[in-house]
Amino acid sequence: MIYRQTGLFVTSYAKDMRMFPIPQDRWGIAFVLFVAYVIIPVFASEYWISTIFTVVLIYSLAAIGLNLLTGYCGQLSLGQAGFMAVGAYAAFNFAVRLPGLPVVVNFLLGGVCAALVGLLFGLPSLRIKGFYLAVATLAAQFTIEWVIVSFNWFAAGNMMGAIDTPRMVILGWHVESVTDKYLLTLSVVVVLAFAAKNLVRGEIGRSWMAIRDLDVAAEMIGIRLFPQKLLAFMVSAFYAGVAGALLAFCYLGSLEITSFELLVSFRILGMIIVGGLGTITGSFLGAAFIILLPILISNVAAQFASTQVTQFTANAEVMLFGALIIGFLILEPLGLARLWRSLKDKLRLWPFPY
Amino acid sequence: MEEFWYWMEVFVSGTLQGVMYSLVALGFVLIYKSSGVFNFAQGSMCLFGALGFVILLEAEYNFWFALLLTVGMMIVLAIAVDWVVLRPLTARPPITLFMATVGLAFFLEGLAQLVWGTQPHGLDIGISDLPFEGLPISISRFELFAAGISLVMIGVLVVFFHKTRVGRALRAVADDHEAALSVGISLRMVWGVTWAIAGIVALVAGIMWGTRLGVQYSLSLIVLKALAVLILGGFNSISGAIIAGVIVGAFEKLLDVGISVATDYQFGGTESFSAYLLALVVLLFKPYGLFGDEIIERV
Repeated sequence: MIYRQTGLFVTSYAKDMRMFPIPQDRWGIAFVLFVAYVIIPVFASEYWISTIFTVVLIYSLAAIGLNLLTGYCGQLSLGQAGFMAVGAYAAFNFAVRLPGLPVVVNFLLGGVCAALVGLLFGLPSLRIKGFYLAVATLAAQFTIEWVIVSFNWFAAGNMMGAIDTPRMVILGWHVESVTDKYLLTLSVVVVLAFAAKNLVRGEIGRSWMAIRDLDVAAEMIGIRLFPQKLLAFMVSAFYAGVAGALLAFCYLGSLEITSFELLVSFRILGMIIVGGLGTITGSFLGAAFIILLPILISNVAAQFASTQVTQFTANAEVMLFGALIIGFLILEPLGLARLWRSLKDKLRLWPFPY
Repeated sequence: MEEFWYWMEVFVSGTLQGVMYSLVALGFVLIYKSSGVFNFAQGSMCLFGALGFVILLEAEYNFWFALLLTVGMMIVLAIAVDWVVLRPLTARPPITLFMATVGLAFFLEGLAQLVWGTQPHGLDIGISDLPFEGLPISISRFELFAAGISLVMIGVLVVFFHKTRVGRALRAVADDHEAALSVGISLRMVWGVTWAIAGIVALVAGIMWGTRLGVQYSLSLIVLKALAVLILGGFNSISGAIIAGVIVGAFEKLLDVGISVATDYQFGGTESFSAYLLALVVLLFKPYGLFGDEIIERV
């Protein structure tokens, strides 16, 4: 009874088409935004803000990007971290070589560069799909890593792509404290998440889902496969690029190319599997889950402190990560987002039995 | 002339290295052919097997006894994977199975290192890595031996696939699941056997690479090179895996040395991705690899 989908009578097309038609959903979103913008910056400790909330937000953004490509368009990519690296290094170069640009513009330009690289590596989807394409995207990962390390122009002359991000200024606002960085990240992520939500319920998103479900049928109803797939690659890489730029500027500060190694790509893939393929909510839930889990494990392990504890937890984490992927695929292929949905379905009737 | 022999040496060592890639790629092809599963965990299985083997050797077990034990371990592992991961996922889309094997890869890596530790182990199987003497180019004994072992493995597998009852059942399943079922071949048995064989191939590959690089975490990364070999050769061709392995091995060595020399040693390390670029270029013209079955399917 609390969460109702009935009794909603809309009086205009605009209301009919809005993003969250159910009032409770709108309140929920407003509440989450309130918590994120007001409660967390005021009450959370610096440690939590910098190492947990900011990181979860950044990885959520990368996961949304991969989810658009894999969850919505059905093209598996294993090179997401490579595109993050492109975004990070592009934003860095814009910041260093064109000082004076607002840092948000740098992030977006980083995203655009990543999108162009994504376009390039999306080209094989013209001819191949499935595993072949997944393996082909690995090429993106390795090639990007090599290019950044080999041509030290990208890292302003440093070895191994080591960079220190410059100070961030937006229209006179110096983004320096942990909370400032968190708020900047939050704002970028919120805007892009709403954009993604809107994208997937519109024509483009529906075309992608049609391609995912059955490409031949999608073609029959007049969807041009190749441009749509390329668009999915570009948008996905754009999100990854912005996420990479945020990771570099708002969290790491100084970084090397190893921050974007292949393992990161797999972690993002794990996030969308655990969170739920083809859902925006799931990208957030999955990112939070995958990032919080190791912290939880090490805290639990700290209770049984011994000398080998760090090595033990590191390996237990890897094992658990693998087991979670398998477990979710077997037991709940639609991920945490599906559990969340079931909960909402329960709420529709509660407190009545039926 | 000197220069010619230098390039020849690069070429030969690349080729021999390529045969070792083939060995890893072979495990993929076996599983893909019979069950349509793209087993990303092959590299972790290499690590798992090699680490188990090296630990037994260090515990002063006899070489052959240790080998036997690890082979047994790989078979148990294969059966466990079949039961725990593959059965619940039957009739799911192939891409789901692929992602499950990605999970399996992480699980095995974590398990192997949890049980046996993360420190690298040296593995010595009694073949020196010294070059032969008296030849115009230096060829490592070990590389030649490894290539020989690979060829023997491949030979054994070919005989197994063509001459034995189980091998023929495997090929029948690879051709057509339903037709194989209808003539009374047990799919379960076949998949178990396939995974067991792939496990043993992984073990051999793991021992070979482990001798080369030391048995450690990076062993599971060999899989990444093998993937390029696979797309180049086609996912379901054993001979494709072998030939593509040789091509990849020779290509990446020659290109790397070529670029290093041409740019006066400014750039190197192209080995990390050149194989993929080669595979990508080939894919644009031959979407199913050089030797893969061409499934007529619109993309």
